[in-house]
Amino acid sequence: MPADESNPQLVWNLAHDVSQVLEYHFMVNALLAGSVVAVMSGVVGWLMVLRGETFAGHTLSMMAFPGASAAALAGIPAVWGYFAFCGAGALALGGFGGRRRTWSEQSAAIGALQAAALAAGFLFVSLYGGVLGDLESLLFGNLLGVSNGQVIVLGAVALAALALLAGLTRPLLFASVDPDVAAARGVPVRALASTFLLILGLAVAATSQITGVLLVFALLVGPPASAQLITAPPGPSLALTIFLGLLVVWLGLGIAYFSVYPAGFYIATISFAVYAFVRLSARVALQRSRRLPPVRSSPSPPPRGVIA
Amino acid sequence: MFAQEFMRNALLAGTFVALACGVAGWFIVLRGQVFAGDALSHVAFPGALAAAAAGADQRVGLFAATVAFGAAMGVLGRGALAGRGGGSSGFERADDAAIGIVFMLILGLGVFFLTRFSLSSGGVSGIQAAHTLFGSVFGLSSGEARLAAAVALAAVALTLAAARPLLFASVAPEIASARGVRTRLLGVAFLALLGVIAAEAAQAVGALLLLGLLAAPAAAAHRMARGPFAGIALAGLLAVAATWAGLALAYAIPSLPPSSAIVGIAVSIFYASRLIA
Repeated sequence: MPADESNPQLVWNLAHDVSQVLEYHFMVNALLAGSVVAVMSGVVGWLMVLRGETFAGHTLSMMAFPGASAAALAGIPAVWGYFAFCGAGALALGGFGGRRRTWSEQSAAIGALQAAALAAGFLFVSLYGGVLGDLESLLFGNLLGVSNGQVIVLGAVALAALALLAGLTRPLLFASVDPDVAAARGVPVRALASTFLLILGLAVAATSQITGVLLVFALLVGPPASAQLITAPPGPSLALTIFLGLLVVWLGLGIAYFSVYPAGFYIATISFAVYAFVRLSARVALQRSRRLPPVRSSPSPPPRGVIA
Repeated sequence: MFAQEFMRNALLAGTFVALACGVAGWFIVLRGQVFAGDALSHVAFPGALAAAAAGADQRVGLFAATVAFGAAMGVLGRGALAGRGGGSSGFERADDAAIGIVFMLILGLGVFFLTRFSLSSGGVSGIQAAHTLFGSVFGLSSGEARLAAAVALAAVALTLAAARPLLFASVAPEIASARGVRTRLLGVAFLALLGVIAAEAAQAVGALLLLGLLAAPAAAAHRMARGPFAGIALAGLLAVAATWAGLALAYAIPSLPPSSAIVGIAVSIFYASRLIA
Protein backbone atom coordinates (compact mmCIF):
# COMPACT_ATOMS: atom_id res chain seq x y z
CA MET A 1 0.00 0.00 0.00
CA PRO A 2 1.68 3.20 -1.07
CA ALA A 3 1.76 5.42 1.96
CA ASP A 4 3.48 8.53 0.72
CA GLU A 5 1.75 9.47 -2.50
CA SER A 6 -1.67 10.87 -3.06
CA ASN A 7 -4.17 8.05 -3.01
CA PRO A 8 -4.38 6.39 -6.40
CA GLN A 9 -7.87 6.32 -7.81
CA LEU A 10 -9.37 3.47 -9.72
CA VAL A 11 -10.97 4.91 -12.85
CA TRP A 12 -12.23 1.63 -14.32
CA ASN A 13 -10.27 2.13 -17.49
CA LEU A 14 -8.05 -0.91 -17.81
CA ALA A 15 -5.25 0.69 -19.82
CA HIS A 16 -5.13 3.74 -17.59
CA ASP A 17 -5.29 1.76 -14.36
CA VAL A 18 -2.56 -0.62 -15.45
CA SER A 19 -0.26 2.20 -16.53
CA GLN A 20 -0.99 3.90 -13.20
CA VAL A 21 0.08 0.74 -11.38
CA LEU A 22 3.25 0.39 -13.44
CA GLU A 23 4.23 4.01 -12.91
CA TYR A 24 6.12 3.23 -9.73
CA HIS A 25 9.35 1.28 -9.55
CA PHE A 26 8.31 -0.53 -6.38
CA MET A 27 5.20 -1.85 -8.11
CA VAL A 28 7.27 -3.12 -11.06
CA ASN A 29 9.61 -4.89 -8.64
CA ALA A 30 6.69 -6.29 -6.70
CA LEU A 31 5.12 -7.65 -9.87
CA LEU A 32 8.42 -9.14 -11.03
CA ALA A 33 9.15 -10.76 -7.66
CA GLY A 34 5.54 -11.90 -7.32
CA SER A 35 5.58 -13.50 -10.76
CA VAL A 36 8.85 -15.33 -10.12
CA VAL A 37 7.54 -16.55 -6.77
CA ALA A 38 4.24 -17.61 -8.35
CA VAL A 39 5.97 -19.74 -10.98
CA MET A 40 8.51 -21.30 -8.63
CA SER A 41 6.19 -22.01 -5.73
CA GLY A 42 3.54 -23.16 -8.17
CA VAL A 43 5.77 -25.90 -9.59
CA VAL A 44 7.32 -26.87 -6.25
CA GLY A 45 3.95 -26.66 -4.51
CA TRP A 46 2.33 -28.83 -7.14
CA LEU A 47 4.71 -31.64 -6.26
CA MET A 48 4.33 -30.88 -2.56
CA VAL A 49 0.55 -31.24 -2.70
CA LEU A 50 0.89 -34.37 -4.82
CA ARG A 51 3.23 -35.89 -2.25
CA GLY A 52 1.05 -34.81 0.66
CA GLU A 53 3.81 -32.78 2.25
CA THR A 54 1.88 -29.61 3.06
CA PHE A 55 2.65 -29.90 6.75
CA ALA A 56 6.33 -30.32 5.94
CA GLY A 57 6.15 -27.21 3.75
CA HIS A 58 4.56 -25.23 6.55
CA THR A 59 7.22 -26.43 8.98
CA LEU A 60 9.96 -25.43 6.55
CA SER A 61 8.44 -21.96 6.19
CA MET A 62 8.48 -21.63 9.98
CA MET A 63 12.24 -22.25 9.88
CA ALA A 64 12.55 -18.66 8.73
CA PHE A 65 11.85 -17.51 12.29
CA PRO A 66 14.84 -19.20 13.96
CA GLY A 67 16.77 -18.39 10.78
CA ALA A 68 16.10 -14.67 11.01
CA SER A 69 16.69 -14.52 14.76
CA ALA A 70 19.91 -16.56 14.57
CA ALA A 71 21.15 -14.26 11.81
CA ALA A 72 20.32 -11.23 13.95
CA LEU A 73 22.21 -12.80 16.85
CA ALA A 74 25.23 -13.58 14.68
CA GLY A 75 25.07 -10.21 12.98
CA ILE A 76 24.80 -11.55 9.45
CA PRO A 77 22.12 -10.76 6.85
CA ALA A 78 18.79 -12.45 7.54
CA VAL A 79 18.77 -14.10 4.11
CA TRP A 80 21.63 -16.40 5.11
CA GLY A 81 19.78 -17.47 8.21
CA TYR A 82 16.68 -18.20 6.15
CA PHE A 83 18.51 -20.44 3.72
CA ALA A 84 20.66 -22.14 6.37
CA PHE A 85 17.72 -23.05 8.60
CA CYS A 86 15.37 -24.02 5.81
CA GLY A 87 18.07 -26.29 4.37
CA ALA A 88 18.87 -27.83 7.76
CA GLY A 89 15.16 -28.31 8.42
CA ALA A 90 14.72 -30.04 5.07
CA LEU A 91 17.58 -32.42 5.85
CA ALA A 92 16.13 -33.16 9.30
CA LEU A 93 12.72 -33.85 7.78
CA GLY A 94 14.29 -36.07 5.15
CA GLY A 95 15.82 -38.12 7.96
CA PHE A 96 12.33 -38.96 9.20
CA GLY A 97 11.25 -40.31 5.83
CA GLY A 98 10.98 -43.89 4.85
CA ARG A 99 7.93 -45.61 3.56
CA ARG A 100 7.38 -47.77 6.60
CA ARG A 101 6.50 -44.83 8.77
CA THR A 102 2.78 -44.25 9.08
CA TRP A 103 1.30 -40.84 8.50
CA SER A 104 0.63 -40.32 12.20
CA GLU A 105 4.27 -41.02 13.09
CA GLN A 106 5.53 -38.74 10.33
CA SER A 107 3.25 -35.86 11.22
CA ALA A 108 4.14 -36.14 14.91
CA ALA A 109 7.83 -35.98 14.01
CA ILE A 110 7.25 -32.95 11.77
CA GLY A 111 5.29 -31.22 14.55
CA ALA A 112 8.05 -31.92 17.05
CA LEU A 113 10.65 -30.50 14.67
CA GLN A 114 8.58 -27.36 14.13
CA ALA A 115 8.14 -26.86 17.87
CA ALA A 116 11.88 -27.31 18.38
CA ALA A 117 12.63 -24.76 15.66
CA LEU A 118 10.26 -22.19 17.14
CA ALA A 119 11.68 -22.81 20.61
CA ALA A 120 15.16 -22.20 19.23
CA GLY A 121 13.88 -19.02 17.58
CA PHE A 122 12.49 -17.71 20.86
CA LEU A 123 15.78 -18.56 22.56
CA PHE A 124 17.76 -16.64 19.93
CA VAL A 125 15.45 -13.63 20.24
CA SER A 126 15.84 -13.68 23.99
CA LEU A 127 19.64 -13.98 23.74
CA TYR A 128 19.69 -11.20 21.17
CA GLY A 129 17.96 -9.07 23.76
CA GLY A 130 16.56 -6.58 21.30
CA VAL A 131 13.40 -6.46 19.27
CA LEU A 132 13.69 -8.42 16.08
CA GLY A 133 13.89 -5.76 13.37
CA ASP A 134 10.74 -6.28 11.45
CA LEU A 135 8.46 -8.81 13.03
CA GLU A 136 5.56 -7.75 10.89
CA SER A 137 7.45 -8.14 7.63
CA LEU A 138 8.92 -11.45 8.82
CA LEU A 139 5.40 -12.75 9.41
CA PHE A 140 3.49 -11.11 6.62
CA GLY A 141 6.18 -10.11 4.16
CA ASN A 142 6.75 -6.89 2.39
CA LEU A 143 5.79 -7.36 -1.21
CA LEU A 144 5.91 -3.66 -1.90
CA GLY A 145 9.43 -3.19 -0.55
CA VAL A 146 11.30 -5.59 -2.81
CA SER A 147 14.69 -4.29 -3.91
CA ASN A 148 16.37 -4.87 -7.28
CA GLY A 149 18.91 -7.14 -5.59
CA GLN A 150 16.17 -9.28 -4.08
CA VAL A 151 14.55 -9.73 -7.47
CA ILE A 152 17.87 -10.97 -8.89
CA VAL A 153 18.51 -13.38 -5.98
CA LEU A 154 14.96 -14.62 -6.26
CA GLY A 155 15.31 -15.19 -9.99
CA ALA A 156 18.54 -17.14 -9.47
CA VAL A 157 17.01 -19.34 -6.78
CA ALA A 158 13.93 -19.96 -8.91
CA LEU A 159 16.07 -20.94 -11.91
CA ALA A 160 18.15 -23.32 -9.76
CA ALA A 161 15.06 -24.91 -8.20
CA LEU A 162 13.27 -25.31 -11.51
CA ALA A 163 16.38 -26.70 -13.23
CA LEU A 164 16.84 -29.28 -10.46
CA LEU A 165 13.20 -30.28 -10.68
CA ALA A 166 13.34 -30.49 -14.47
CA GLY A 167 16.26 -32.90 -14.20
CA LEU A 168 14.40 -35.07 -11.71
CA THR A 169 10.90 -34.86 -13.20
CA ARG A 170 10.32 -38.45 -14.26
CA PRO A 171 11.75 -40.36 -11.27
CA LEU A 172 10.26 -37.81 -8.87
CA LEU A 173 6.78 -38.15 -10.37
CA PHE A 174 7.09 -41.93 -10.33
CA ALA A 175 8.26 -41.94 -6.70
CA SER A 176 5.49 -39.51 -5.69
CA VAL A 177 2.60 -41.32 -7.33
CA ASP A 178 3.59 -44.88 -6.49
CA PRO A 179 6.55 -45.11 -4.11
CA ASP A 180 6.36 -48.87 -3.68
CA VAL A 181 6.50 -49.73 -7.36
CA ALA A 182 9.14 -47.04 -7.92
CA ALA A 183 11.33 -48.50 -5.18
CA ALA A 184 10.90 -51.98 -6.64
CA ARG A 185 12.02 -50.63 -10.01
CA GLY A 186 15.20 -49.30 -8.43
CA VAL A 187 14.27 -45.63 -8.15
CA PRO A 188 16.11 -44.18 -5.10
CA VAL A 189 12.90 -43.11 -3.37
CA ARG A 190 14.43 -41.91 -0.12
CA ALA A 191 17.19 -39.90 -1.73
CA LEU A 192 14.60 -38.32 -4.01
CA ALA A 193 12.40 -37.48 -1.03
CA SER A 194 15.28 -35.73 0.73
CA THR A 195 16.28 -33.90 -2.44
CA PHE A 196 12.74 -32.72 -2.96
CA LEU A 197 12.50 -31.48 0.62
CA LEU A 198 15.73 -29.53 0.06
CA ILE A 199 14.28 -27.91 -3.06
CA LEU A 200 11.10 -27.18 -1.11
CA GLY A 201 13.17 -25.59 1.65
CA LEU A 202 15.01 -23.46 -0.91
CA ALA A 203 11.77 -22.33 -2.52
CA VAL A 204 10.14 -21.60 0.80
CA ALA A 205 13.12 -19.60 2.05
CA ALA A 206 13.09 -17.49 -1.09
CA THR A 207 9.31 -17.08 -1.06
CA SER A 208 8.95 -16.22 2.59
CA GLN A 209 11.28 -13.25 2.23
CA ILE A 210 8.77 -11.76 -0.13
CA THR A 211 5.37 -12.96 1.07
CA GLY A 212 6.24 -13.48 4.73
CA VAL A 213 6.39 -16.69 6.69
CA LEU A 214 2.66 -16.96 7.16
CA LEU A 215 1.54 -16.36 3.60
CA VAL A 216 3.90 -18.72 1.78
CA PHE A 217 0.93 -21.05 1.67
CA ALA A 218 -1.13 -18.69 -0.44
CA LEU A 219 1.04 -19.54 -3.45
CA LEU A 220 2.47 -22.89 -2.40
CA VAL A 221 -0.81 -24.68 -1.68
CA GLY A 222 -3.70 -22.73 -3.14
CA PRO A 223 -3.03 -22.81 -6.91
CA PRO A 224 -1.61 -26.40 -6.98
CA ALA A 225 -4.50 -27.82 -4.94
CA SER A 226 -7.02 -26.08 -7.20
CA ALA A 227 -5.27 -27.24 -10.37
CA GLN A 228 -5.07 -30.83 -9.17
CA LEU A 229 -8.81 -30.80 -8.52
CA ILE A 230 -9.44 -29.63 -12.08
CA THR A 231 -7.10 -31.91 -13.98
CA ALA A 232 -4.75 -34.74 -13.09
CA PRO A 233 -2.19 -35.15 -15.92
CA PRO A 234 1.06 -33.42 -14.87
CA GLY A 235 1.53 -31.24 -17.95
CA PRO A 236 -1.83 -29.44 -18.08
CA SER A 237 -2.11 -29.45 -14.30
CA LEU A 238 1.27 -27.73 -13.90
CA ALA A 239 0.45 -25.20 -16.59
CA LEU A 240 -2.86 -24.46 -14.88
CA THR A 241 -1.06 -24.08 -11.54
CA ILE A 242 1.30 -21.49 -12.98
CA PHE A 243 -1.57 -19.66 -14.66
CA LEU A 244 -3.61 -19.57 -11.44
CA GLY A 245 -0.57 -18.51 -9.42
CA LEU A 246 0.19 -15.59 -11.74
CA LEU A 247 -3.48 -14.61 -11.81
CA VAL A 248 -3.68 -14.60 -8.02
CA VAL A 249 -0.49 -12.56 -7.62
CA TRP A 250 -1.32 -9.99 -10.29
CA LEU A 251 -4.89 -9.51 -9.13
CA GLY A 252 -3.83 -9.35 -5.49
CA LEU A 253 -1.10 -6.79 -6.13
CA GLY A 254 -3.33 -4.77 -8.44
CA ILE A 255 -6.16 -4.55 -5.92
CA ALA A 256 -3.78 -3.87 -3.05
CA TYR A 257 -2.38 -0.89 -4.93
CA PHE A 258 -5.76 0.82 -4.82
CA SER A 259 -6.53 -0.18 -1.25
CA VAL A 260 -5.24 0.35 2.26
CA TYR A 261 -5.04 -3.35 3.02
CA PRO A 262 -1.85 -5.30 2.35
CA ALA A 263 -1.32 -7.45 -0.75
CA GLY A 264 -0.92 -10.61 1.33
CA PHE A 265 -4.53 -10.45 2.41
CA TYR A 266 -5.82 -10.16 -1.16
CA ILE A 267 -3.50 -12.86 -2.44
CA ALA A 268 -4.60 -15.30 0.27
CA THR A 269 -8.27 -14.47 -0.18
CA ILE A 270 -8.25 -14.77 -3.97
CA SER A 271 -6.29 -18.00 -3.73
CA PHE A 272 -8.88 -19.36 -1.31
CA ALA A 273 -11.76 -18.16 -3.48
CA VAL A 274 -10.33 -20.00 -6.49
CA TYR A 275 -10.00 -23.21 -4.48
CA ALA A 276 -13.46 -22.91 -2.96
CA PHE A 277 -14.99 -22.29 -6.39
CA VAL A 278 -13.20 -25.30 -7.90
CA ARG A 279 -14.11 -27.58 -5.05
CA LEU A 280 -17.76 -26.54 -5.10
CA SER A 281 -17.98 -27.00 -8.88
CA ALA A 282 -16.39 -30.43 -8.54
CA ARG A 283 -19.08 -31.28 -6.02
CA VAL A 284 -21.88 -30.02 -8.22
CA ALA A 285 -20.48 -31.98 -11.16
CA LEU A 286 -20.30 -35.08 -9.00
CA GLN A 287 -23.93 -34.74 -7.92
CA ARG A 288 -25.01 -34.22 -11.49
CA SER A 289 -23.18 -37.34 -12.60
CA ARG A 290 -24.85 -39.28 -9.77
CA ARG A 291 -28.26 -38.49 -11.21
CA LEU A 292 -27.32 -40.36 -14.37
CA PRO A 293 -28.11 -44.09 -14.41
CA PRO A 294 -25.69 -45.53 -11.86
CA VAL A 295 -22.86 -47.72 -12.99
CA ARG A 296 -22.90 -50.71 -10.68
CA SER A 297 -19.30 -51.33 -9.92
CA SER A 298 -17.20 -50.82 -6.84
CA PRO A 299 -18.06 -47.63 -4.96
CA SER A 300 -15.57 -45.14 -6.26
CA PRO A 301 -14.18 -42.18 -4.34
CA PRO A 302 -15.12 -38.74 -5.65
CA PRO A 303 -12.94 -37.51 -8.53
CA ARG A 304 -10.12 -35.69 -6.88
CA GLY A 305 -7.46 -35.63 -9.50
CA VAL A 306 -4.33 -37.57 -8.80
CA ILE A 307 -4.43 -37.14 -5.06
CA ALA A 308 -7.38 -39.42 -4.44
CA MET B 1 11.79 -21.21 43.84
CA PHE B 2 8.36 -21.93 45.25
CA ALA B 3 8.46 -18.76 47.32
CA GLN B 4 7.93 -16.68 44.18
CA GLU B 5 4.30 -16.16 43.35
CA PHE B 6 4.86 -16.03 39.58
CA MET B 7 6.55 -19.41 39.82
CA ARG B 8 3.64 -20.96 41.70
CA ASN B 9 1.22 -19.57 39.12
CA ALA B 10 3.37 -20.87 36.29
CA LEU B 11 3.52 -24.31 37.87
CA LEU B 12 -0.23 -24.40 38.46
CA ALA B 13 -1.21 -23.34 34.94
CA GLY B 14 1.67 -25.17 33.27
CA THR B 15 0.94 -28.48 34.95
CA PHE B 16 -2.69 -28.66 33.95
CA VAL B 17 -2.23 -27.24 30.45
CA ALA B 18 0.57 -29.77 29.93
CA LEU B 19 -1.65 -32.57 31.20
CA ALA B 20 -4.42 -31.54 28.80
CA CYS B 21 -1.98 -31.27 25.89
CA GLY B 22 -0.44 -34.65 26.68
CA VAL B 23 -3.77 -36.46 26.94
CA ALA B 24 -5.37 -34.78 23.93
CA GLY B 25 -2.07 -35.04 22.07
CA TRP B 26 -2.06 -38.81 22.40
CA PHE B 27 -5.30 -38.90 20.41
CA ILE B 28 -4.05 -36.22 18.02
CA VAL B 29 -1.02 -38.31 17.13
CA LEU B 30 -3.11 -41.49 16.92
CA ARG B 31 -5.53 -39.80 14.53
CA GLY B 32 -2.76 -38.16 12.49
CA GLN B 33 -4.06 -34.66 13.24
CA VAL B 34 -0.89 -32.91 14.35
CA PHE B 35 -1.14 -30.49 11.42
CA ALA B 36 -4.69 -29.63 12.49
CA GLY B 37 -3.47 -28.97 16.03
CA ASP B 38 -0.70 -26.80 14.66
CA ALA B 39 -3.16 -24.84 12.52
CA LEU B 40 -5.42 -24.32 15.54
CA SER B 41 -2.58 -22.84 17.54
CA HIS B 42 -2.06 -20.26 14.78
CA VAL B 43 -5.75 -19.42 14.53
CA ALA B 44 -5.83 -17.97 18.03
CA PHE B 45 -3.94 -14.90 16.87
CA PRO B 46 -6.20 -13.78 13.97
CA GLY B 47 -9.21 -14.53 16.17
CA ALA B 48 -8.03 -12.22 18.90
CA LEU B 49 -7.12 -9.56 16.33
CA ALA B 50 -10.54 -9.79 14.70
CA ALA B 51 -12.25 -9.27 18.03
CA ALA B 52 -9.94 -6.36 18.82
CA ALA B 53 -10.65 -4.76 15.45
CA ALA B 54 -14.39 -5.18 16.02
CA GLY B 55 -14.06 -3.70 19.49
CA ALA B 56 -15.13 -6.91 21.24
CA ASP B 57 -13.36 -8.68 24.05
CA GLN B 58 -10.27 -10.43 22.64
CA ARG B 59 -10.90 -13.58 24.63
CA VAL B 60 -14.27 -14.01 22.95
CA GLY B 61 -12.65 -13.78 19.51
CA LEU B 62 -9.91 -16.17 20.54
CA PHE B 63 -12.22 -18.93 21.73
CA ALA B 64 -14.76 -18.38 18.97
CA ALA B 65 -12.09 -18.58 16.26
CA THR B 66 -10.35 -21.71 17.51
CA VAL B 67 -13.52 -23.63 18.30
CA ALA B 68 -15.17 -22.66 15.01
CA PHE B 69 -12.04 -23.47 13.03
CA GLY B 70 -11.63 -26.81 14.78
CA ALA B 71 -15.23 -27.77 14.13
CA ALA B 72 -15.03 -26.56 10.53
CA MET B 73 -11.99 -28.72 9.86
CA GLY B 74 -13.83 -31.68 11.34
CA VAL B 75 -16.82 -31.06 9.08
CA LEU B 76 -14.81 -30.43 5.90
CA GLY B 77 -12.26 -33.19 6.39
CA ARG B 78 -12.49 -36.45 4.51
CA GLY B 79 -9.71 -38.61 5.89
CA ALA B 80 -7.70 -38.09 9.03
CA LEU B 81 -9.89 -35.21 10.15
CA ALA B 82 -13.04 -37.25 9.84
CA GLY B 83 -11.43 -39.90 11.99
CA ARG B 84 -10.02 -42.19 9.34
CA GLY B 85 -6.44 -41.87 10.45
CA GLY B 86 -3.66 -44.32 11.05
CA GLY B 87 -2.82 -45.62 7.60
CA SER B 88 -1.42 -43.71 4.70
CA SER B 89 -4.37 -43.51 2.33
CA GLY B 90 -4.91 -40.76 -0.19
CA PHE B 91 -7.64 -39.22 1.94
CA GLU B 92 -5.15 -38.02 4.52
CA ARG B 93 -2.98 -36.48 1.87
CA ALA B 94 -5.99 -34.64 0.47
CA ASP B 95 -6.86 -33.39 3.94
CA ASP B 96 -3.35 -32.13 4.33
CA ALA B 97 -3.83 -29.70 1.45
CA ALA B 98 -7.33 -28.74 2.62
CA ILE B 99 -6.01 -27.79 6.06
CA GLY B 100 -3.31 -25.78 4.35
CA ILE B 101 -5.86 -23.86 2.31
CA VAL B 102 -8.16 -22.99 5.21
CA PHE B 103 -5.09 -22.13 7.23
CA MET B 104 -3.98 -19.75 4.47
CA LEU B 105 -7.35 -17.98 4.45
CA ILE B 106 -7.27 -17.54 8.23
CA LEU B 107 -3.77 -16.07 8.10
CA GLY B 108 -4.79 -13.77 5.26
CA LEU B 109 -7.68 -12.56 7.41
CA GLY B 110 -5.18 -12.09 10.21
CA VAL B 111 -3.26 -9.62 8.04
CA PHE B 112 -6.53 -7.88 7.21
CA PHE B 113 -7.57 -7.46 10.83
CA LEU B 114 -4.06 -6.41 11.77
CA THR B 115 -4.22 -3.55 9.28
CA ARG B 116 -7.78 -2.72 10.24
CA PHE B 117 -6.84 -2.56 13.89
CA SER B 118 -3.80 -0.38 13.18
CA LEU B 119 -5.95 1.98 11.09
CA SER B 120 -8.74 2.28 13.64
CA SER B 121 -6.49 2.71 16.65
CA GLY B 122 -4.45 5.50 15.10
CA GLY B 123 -1.23 3.70 14.28
CA VAL B 124 -0.89 1.43 17.31
CA SER B 125 0.65 -1.74 15.96
CA GLY B 126 -1.82 -4.58 16.08
CA ILE B 127 0.95 -7.04 16.83
CA GLN B 128 1.97 -5.08 19.89
CA ALA B 129 -1.64 -4.85 21.03
CA ALA B 130 -2.22 -8.54 20.59
CA HIS B 131 1.00 -9.36 22.37
CA THR B 132 -0.49 -8.05 25.57
CA LEU B 133 -2.97 -10.89 25.31
CA PHE B 134 -0.47 -13.61 24.56
CA GLY B 135 1.41 -13.78 27.78
CA SER B 136 4.30 -15.82 28.95
CA VAL B 137 4.03 -18.57 31.56
CA PHE B 138 5.98 -16.41 33.95
CA GLY B 139 3.60 -13.47 33.56
CA LEU B 140 0.38 -15.05 34.80
CA SER B 141 -1.69 -13.61 37.61
CA SER B 142 -3.11 -16.08 40.11
CA GLY B 143 -6.61 -15.60 38.71
CA GLU B 144 -5.45 -16.35 35.16
CA ALA B 145 -3.49 -19.35 36.35
CA ARG B 146 -6.53 -20.77 38.16
CA LEU B 147 -8.72 -20.19 35.11
CA ALA B 148 -6.22 -21.90 32.82
CA ALA B 149 -5.95 -24.83 35.21
CA ALA B 150 -9.74 -25.16 35.43
CA VAL B 151 -10.25 -25.05 31.65
CA ALA B 152 -7.43 -27.55 31.09
CA LEU B 153 -8.77 -29.88 33.78
CA ALA B 154 -12.23 -29.77 32.24
CA ALA B 155 -10.70 -30.61 28.84
CA VAL B 156 -8.85 -33.59 30.35
CA ALA B 157 -12.05 -34.80 32.01
CA LEU B 158 -14.01 -34.51 28.75
CA THR B 159 -11.31 -36.29 26.75
CA LEU B 160 -11.12 -39.13 29.25
CA ALA B 161 -14.90 -39.41 29.39
CA ALA B 162 -14.98 -39.84 25.62
CA ALA B 163 -11.79 -41.93 25.57
CA ARG B 164 -13.31 -45.34 24.81
CA PRO B 165 -15.56 -44.39 21.88
CA LEU B 166 -12.91 -41.99 20.59
CA LEU B 167 -10.31 -44.74 20.67
CA PHE B 168 -12.69 -47.12 18.90
CA ALA B 169 -13.52 -44.51 16.26
CA SER B 170 -9.85 -43.68 15.71
CA VAL B 171 -8.53 -47.22 15.39
CA ALA B 172 -11.38 -48.89 13.51
CA PRO B 173 -13.71 -46.20 12.17
CA GLU B 174 -15.79 -48.49 9.95
CA ILE B 175 -16.46 -51.05 12.66
CA ALA B 176 -17.12 -48.29 15.17
CA SER B 177 -19.72 -46.63 12.99
CA ALA B 178 -21.31 -50.03 12.26
CA ARG B 179 -21.57 -50.53 16.01
CA GLY B 180 -23.43 -47.22 16.31
CA VAL B 181 -20.58 -44.95 17.38
CA ARG B 182 -21.15 -41.55 15.79
CA THR B 183 -17.62 -41.22 14.44
CA ARG B 184 -18.20 -38.03 12.48
CA LEU B 185 -19.80 -36.19 15.40
CA LEU B 186 -17.08 -37.46 17.68
CA GLY B 187 -14.39 -36.20 15.32
CA VAL B 188 -15.94 -32.74 15.12
CA ALA B 189 -16.46 -32.58 18.88
CA PHE B 190 -12.87 -33.65 19.50
CA LEU B 191 -11.48 -30.94 17.24
CA ALA B 192 -13.73 -28.36 18.89
CA LEU B 193 -12.41 -29.46 22.28
CA LEU B 194 -8.90 -29.15 20.89
CA GLY B 195 -9.88 -25.61 19.90
CA VAL B 196 -10.76 -24.83 23.53
CA ILE B 197 -7.42 -26.20 24.71
CA ALA B 198 -5.61 -24.26 21.98
CA ALA B 199 -7.30 -20.98 22.89
CA GLU B 200 -6.63 -21.33 26.60
CA ALA B 201 -3.08 -22.54 26.11
CA ALA B 202 -2.25 -19.87 23.53
CA GLN B 203 -3.17 -17.01 25.81
CA ALA B 204 -1.89 -18.53 29.04
CA VAL B 205 1.36 -20.15 28.03
CA GLY B 206 1.84 -19.24 24.35
CA ALA B 207 1.01 -20.96 21.10
CA LEU B 208 4.53 -22.36 20.79
CA LEU B 209 4.18 -24.41 23.93
CA LEU B 210 0.91 -25.81 22.68
CA LEU B 211 2.38 -27.40 19.55
CA GLY B 212 5.42 -28.74 21.39
CA LEU B 213 3.37 -30.30 24.17
CA LEU B 214 0.76 -31.71 21.80
CA ALA B 215 3.18 -33.46 19.47
CA ALA B 216 6.37 -34.42 21.29
CA PRO B 217 5.31 -36.17 24.54
CA ALA B 218 2.46 -37.97 22.79
CA ALA B 219 4.70 -39.19 19.98
CA ALA B 220 7.19 -40.45 22.55
CA ALA B 221 4.40 -42.21 24.44
CA HIS B 222 3.21 -43.87 21.24
CA ARG B 223 6.65 -45.34 20.74
CA MET B 224 7.20 -46.49 24.29
CA ALA B 225 3.85 -47.64 25.66
CA ARG B 226 1.95 -50.55 24.18
CA GLY B 227 -1.59 -50.27 25.54
CA PRO B 228 -3.75 -47.23 24.85
CA PHE B 229 -4.46 -46.25 28.45
CA ALA B 230 -0.82 -46.72 29.44
CA GLY B 231 0.04 -44.52 26.46
CA ILE B 232 -2.40 -41.78 27.48
CA ALA B 233 -1.07 -41.81 31.04
CA LEU B 234 2.53 -41.76 29.84
CA ALA B 235 1.85 -38.88 27.43
CA GLY B 236 0.31 -36.81 30.23
CA LEU B 237 3.15 -37.71 32.56
CA LEU B 238 5.88 -36.83 30.05
CA ALA B 239 4.23 -33.51 29.23
CA VAL B 240 3.97 -32.56 32.91
CA ALA B 241 7.54 -33.70 33.57
CA ALA B 242 8.83 -31.64 30.64
CA THR B 243 6.93 -28.62 31.94
CA TRP B 244 8.29 -28.91 35.47
CA ALA B 245 11.84 -29.50 34.30
CA GLY B 246 11.58 -26.66 31.80
CA LEU B 247 10.16 -24.21 34.34
CA ALA B 248 12.90 -25.09 36.83
CA LEU B 249 15.57 -24.73 34.17
CA ALA B 250 14.21 -21.38 33.01
CA TYR B 251 14.10 -20.21 36.62
CA ALA B 252 17.72 -21.18 37.08
CA ILE B 253 18.89 -19.60 33.80
CA PRO B 254 17.22 -16.19 33.43
CA SER B 255 18.13 -15.70 29.76
CA LEU B 256 16.36 -18.93 28.80
CA PRO B 257 12.68 -18.33 27.93
CA PRO B 258 10.44 -20.82 29.77
CA SER B 259 8.60 -21.95 26.65
CA SER B 260 11.87 -22.67 24.85
CA ALA B 261 13.08 -24.71 27.81
CA ILE B 262 9.85 -26.73 28.09
CA VAL B 263 9.61 -27.44 24.37
CA GLY B 264 13.33 -28.21 24.18
CA ILE B 265 13.00 -30.82 26.92
CA ALA B 266 9.81 -32.29 25.42
CA VAL B 267 11.43 -32.65 22.00
CA SER B 268 14.57 -34.15 23.57
CA ILE B 269 12.35 -36.77 25.25
CA PHE B 270 10.84 -37.53 21.85
CA TYR B 271 14.24 -37.99 20.20
CA ALA B 272 15.43 -40.10 23.13
CA SER B 273 12.37 -42.32 22.73
CA ARG B 274 13.24 -42.85 19.07
CA LEU B 275 16.69 -44.03 20.07
CA ILE B 276 15.45 -46.33 22.82
CA ALA B 277 12.32 -47.88 21.36
